[in-house]
Amino acid sequence: MNDKMSIIAFSGTEDKLMAAAIIASGAVANDLEVQVFVTFWGLTRTIKNGKTTPDLSFDGQKMKDKVFALMKQKNVPNWITMLKNAKEVGNIKVYGCAMFADLLEVKKEDLDPIVDDIIGVNEFVSLSKESMTFFI
Amino acid sequence: MDEKIKPTKIIDARGSFCPGPLMELIKAYKAAKLNDIISVYSTDSGTKRDASAWIKKSNNELIGVFEHEGYYEIVMKKTKGEK
Repeated sequence: MNDKMSIIAFSGTEDKLMAAAIIASGAVANDLEVQVFVTFWGLTRTIKNGKTTPDLSFDGQKMKDKVFALMKQKNVPNWITMLKNAKEVGNIKVYGCAMFADLLEVKKEDLDPIVDDIIGVNEFVSLSKESMTFFI
Repeated sequence: MDEKIKPTKIIDARGSFCPGPLMELIKAYKAAKLNDIISVYSTDSGTKRDASAWIKKSNNELIGVFEHEGYYEIVMKKTKGEK
């Protein structure tokens, strides 16, 4: 049970955060311990009442309306719900980036409860040793 | 499916998207007792492969994948305890 996966969720667009949440789900299904480090635009999407509207990354702009309409029609859960479901299956920890949280002056209580703690890069990297790591 | 096989638990994950049905199956597996039979209904075709692969890899028994009208049924038996 020592296998680990680390995901740095840098982007704040729905497609990339969904990809992160789906990969994390696949990882816990395979008994990996997972840690997700939300930073920059990923972190802003965890801010409660943050007034950030879900968007798609540049590649998806032309299909944006269609994709969001289909996701709504087919009840596709958002990335936070996906991560919550994955947390019920295995060991996933979500960490907010201390540096960006400081810059935006947000504290742990300002973030969605999916975020377990706010930690710095040093702690995240030390926790990521010997894990496969993705930057999304 | 063989009439003699009676699932202990049925998970109706129809309408749920990848990885939803697999996550539901694993949750049910963790709550199940040894030799329980779990059946999951899914409309998501990826789950057919994903769930079958998970069942085999986790050293449980894949009883079968059955195609019904508009959905798949994946049936497993819990033959492996939790680590």
